[in-house]
Amino acid sequence: MVTETLLEKELHRLAGSVPDPELPVLTLDELGVLRGVDVLAPGKVTVRLTPTYTGCPAIEAMSADIERVLHDHGIPEVSVVTVLSPAWSTDDISAEGRRKLAEFGIAPPRPHDATSPAGGPVPLTLSVRCPHCGSTDTELLSRFSSTACKALRRCVTCREPFDHFKEL
Amino acid sequence: MSAALALGDDALVLSHRLGEWAGHAPVLEEEVALANIALDLLGQARILLSLAGDEDELAYLREERAFRNVQLVEQPNGDFAHTIARQLYFSAYQRLLYEQLASGEGAFAGLAAKAVKEVAYHQDHAEHWTLRLGDGTDESHDRMQRAVDGLWRFTGELFEPVEGVDIDWQALRSGWLESVPAVLERATLTLPTGPQSGAWTAGAGRQGIHTEPFGRMIAEMQHLHRSHPGASW
Repeated sequence: MVTETLLEKELHRLAGSVPDPELPVLTLDELGVLRGVDVLAPGKVTVRLTPTYTGCPAIEAMSADIERVLHDHGIPEVSVVTVLSPAWSTDDISAEGRRKLAEFGIAPPRPHDATSPAGGPVPLTLSVRCPHCGSTDTELLSRFSSTACKALRRCVTCREPFDHFKEL
Repeated sequence: MSAALALGDDALVLSHRLGEWAGHAPVLEEEVALANIALDLLGQARILLSLAGDEDELAYLREERAFRNVQLVEQPNGDFAHTIARQLYFSAYQRLLYEQLASGEGAFAGLAAKAVKEVAYHQDHAEHWTLRLGDGTDESHDRMQRAVDGLWRFTGELFEPVEGVDIDWQALRSGWLESVPAVLERATLTLPTGPQSGAWTAGAGRQGIHTEPFGRMIAEMQHLHRSHPGASW
């Protein structure tokens, strides 16, 4: 792969600063879904984006937001393409992204255990910390929550239900 | 790309069936769970059908006999146990299928590597419910047993090789026959005794022959697009 030029770096930074439409506390860069920006010709740019989940409906809003930001930066021709491999993983969420999720009241995903088989759900026995009171005594209410990427849990200590960004 | 059509139709049709639970599921959490699983499948279907042609035309303008999905996924939702049994059978199959495709080099490898992680959650969901219902009350046990028995004859079709899907089908079948019966046993259910293939079984979905409820399902799925061609909002 060719090294990013200065312009590509700048456009990458701009596209990466777009907030996630579903979780506006995170930028696309922190979420880890921005794969690269290629300047094909002056004023003509391709942005490579990867979905969190195959059916994630937010990808269309993300694409529109990126196009708008780059248009505003003087790039007339922007095409956003979706790439599937390598597949996105919650390990692609940056440390800053994880901190912001917790602050927003969503328990961040746990890092994948290197010893567990890749791709499988993380064993539920690992504790998930309550983002409100910090207790590790929490229980699973449902494996699927407000969006495909989250599970619904409840804190046994403070009784608050909360979303958990589940490991993928 | 008949292979993309077969795998894409499986995902599309099951997605639509699961979507029918919206507004009807026993509890809110399950409604959300089934809708999320449906959304994952719809995303897979869109990518697969786009490999075969125009996704909207394929989904909304084909006649019943042009669909290549297995008959298992078109079976009506029935009671909650029936939906879970269908999920148990299909997610075990789809996970084994995607695992093999992901480790290959073919056109489906990228999608399969991504989707297999989603399907792992679908299978986990189905297995947990099978255990709860099978090892639950007398009523839930009986209903779960009826469901796994009733859908058993549709499972043989899952292992019929699809042209263009370059995997070890024998390994897929033996993997399925290890995982599904183990869950049924833990759920105190009896492994259905009927045949999976042969005279008294079903399965010609891959050839375009479908069961009666499928016609009604696609009528509902397609009517808006057919009544208002090209409509957008």
